[in-house]
Amino acid sequence: MTKQLKGIAASDGIATAKAYMLVQPDLSFKQSAIKDADAEVQRLHSALEQSNSELKLIRDKAAETLGEEEAQVFDAHMMILADPEFTGAIESKIKDDAINAEAALKNVSDTFIATFEAMVDNPYMQERAADIRDVYTRVLAHLLGRALPNPALIDSEVIVVAHDLTPSDTAQLNKKYVKAFVTDIGGRTAHSAIMARSLEIPAVVGTQSVTEDVKEGQMLTVDGLTGDVTIDPTDAQIAASKQEAADYAAQKAEWATLKTAKTVTADGKHFTVAANIGTPKDLDGVLDNGAEAIGLYRSEFLYMDSAELPTEDDQFEAYKKVLETMSPKQVVVRTMDIGGDKHLPYLPLPEEQNPFLGYRAIRISLDRDDIFRTQLRALMRASEFGKLGIMFPMIATVPEFEAAKAIFLEEKEKLVADGVKVSDDIELGMMMEIPAAAILADQFAKHVDFFSIGTNDLIQYTMAADRGNEHVSYLYQPYNPSILRLVKHVIDAAHAEGKWAGMCGEAAGDPIMVPILLGMGLDEYSMSATSVLKVRSLMKKLSTADMQALADKAVNESVTNEDNQKLVAEFTK
Amino acid sequence: MEKREFNVIAETGIHARPATLLVQAASKFNADINLEYKGKSVNLKSIMGVMSLGVGQGADVTISAEGADEKDAIAAIEDTMKKEGLSD
Repeated sequence: MTKQLKGIAASDGIATAKAYMLVQPDLSFKQSAIKDADAEVQRLHSALEQSNSELKLIRDKAAETLGEEEAQVFDAHMMILADPEFTGAIESKIKDDAINAEAALKNVSDTFIATFEAMVDNPYMQERAADIRDVYTRVLAHLLGRALPNPALIDSEVIVVAHDLTPSDTAQLNKKYVKAFVTDIGGRTAHSAIMARSLEIPAVVGTQSVTEDVKEGQMLTVDGLTGDVTIDPTDAQIAASKQEAADYAAQKAEWATLKTAKTVTADGKHFTVAANIGTPKDLDGVLDNGAEAIGLYRSEFLYMDSAELPTEDDQFEAYKKVLETMSPKQVVVRTMDIGGDKHLPYLPLPEEQNPFLGYRAIRISLDRDDIFRTQLRALMRASEFGKLGIMFPMIATVPEFEAAKAIFLEEKEKLVADGVKVSDDIELGMMMEIPAAAILADQFAKHVDFFSIGTNDLIQYTMAADRGNEHVSYLYQPYNPSILRLVKHVIDAAHAEGKWAGMCGEAAGDPIMVPILLGMGLDEYSMSATSVLKVRSLMKKLSTADMQALADKAVNESVTNEDNQKLVAEFTK
Repeated sequence: MEKREFNVIAETGIHARPATLLVQAASKFNADINLEYKGKSVNLKSIMGVMSLGVGQGADVTISAEGADEKDAIAAIEDTMKKEGLSD
């Protein structure tokens, strides 16, 4: 029976394939007394062996299709399996207490997990608890004869169905076979959604019930443009969705012709459409989509993907690679933005009531200037290889910006004294994401070379609504005139001092937001690489004079977020 | 029995990559190898044992090996400790 589900359209594209349920099977069991301890130990050993050979297979597959780095987590799992203290303790438990292998495994795993979780001042150890839990689950599944989903082993075309996708789940997915994602929870800015856009596969998130409504192997059609999911589609529906997929492909082909073109509006004005990246690995997507610059290089991934603070040389290599590849196009690197929801296992931060309002980003950098100086030195050493911009995140006051700039100049002087070549045209800018800074943009504009507006944080701080909290997610209102007034003020303030203003949040690639921003004269639009051509194609159809009239109304006459959605629809018909 | 004392100089102590490498080095030998810290002793072939000690910077630890290849084991471990910047 055909059934229809509606979710949030999170990544463009249309796909039809069989469902792959990335859902944990029932692993419940009861503790029982056993008579033959040797036979029980034997059961344990065969489950350990099966787990180990399965992990080897997954590890090799992951290394082959996803890269060595993603495969390393499975090495850690295999080391736990081979740990004589772990397996020995389970064996002793079976023999001494005469209990079944499942119960002994649980008992020993729980003890280790509790030990590691108790190390509250050491997040790295707490994460190891998660590794032990993964190993426990795998061995238990083998003891119970249940199959665990192993996404790394997928080798035919599927649509992945899950409650939610964690970073470690998505790291195991092979783009060649995974045609789309559908999840129960999440929104457009959820990890799974961002991942789907960077993999360029369709995704629908937040369906509430897909894991209950769909069974393994059922046919699904997923429309990442509308958020529609069809379960067991009819032949006619499959044909229609194939047609839509073909139309979409044709549209993408049109965008492809725009790849080498500059971004020009209907009335001949030029704007810069740039891409956001997290690591040098993202450069392929940037080049494939013809971005005119990198408007946001999130340097925190260098810190998050490492087991210790990355050295000056490690950072230098990464920055150099990006600058060289993009040269002569500009690359704006945002200095370490840690804290909030981003943590480093080796840099314990204080427990905080409100991490998003706490010790994060530039606040850490100015406090721990040893870390900050290392980063700035690496950046300056790389500056000769391309056109570098540096921006500081979470600046709230002018003295904060001045302090960061002073450290930059001190390190520059040291490097130059040591005979290192440092480019003289590095631009220094700041993120505009704190309302206090946006309101005072006219003063900041005298000190900076550029502004880059970070919409996610600017919206959450202005609306006083945590963007991760689904009870208040309706307050995520990028088109609310209050937000637009702030944005306009920032752009005008930059221009009044002859500086440029960009935007690097997801909103910069949003087809409703772009016409308004164009009318306000925003200079640079930095977004997921996969949105670049869509936005370039859209801008080609818009005239700045019309959009100025639109922006004027949106800022001065509209009252609500919805008013502006309607307004844009009227102006871009 | 072969014994060596080390002062841990690495800023992050013994965890993550260095812990893995120490366990891998120890696992190559037949000798029983133990790591002692603050009166607690763990099997150096056990990754979870080593990490659960939470050895930090500045800690004094003792590594002992007992078995036919105890001398080679201690030499290899000392080599790993130095190469990974865990001790002088």
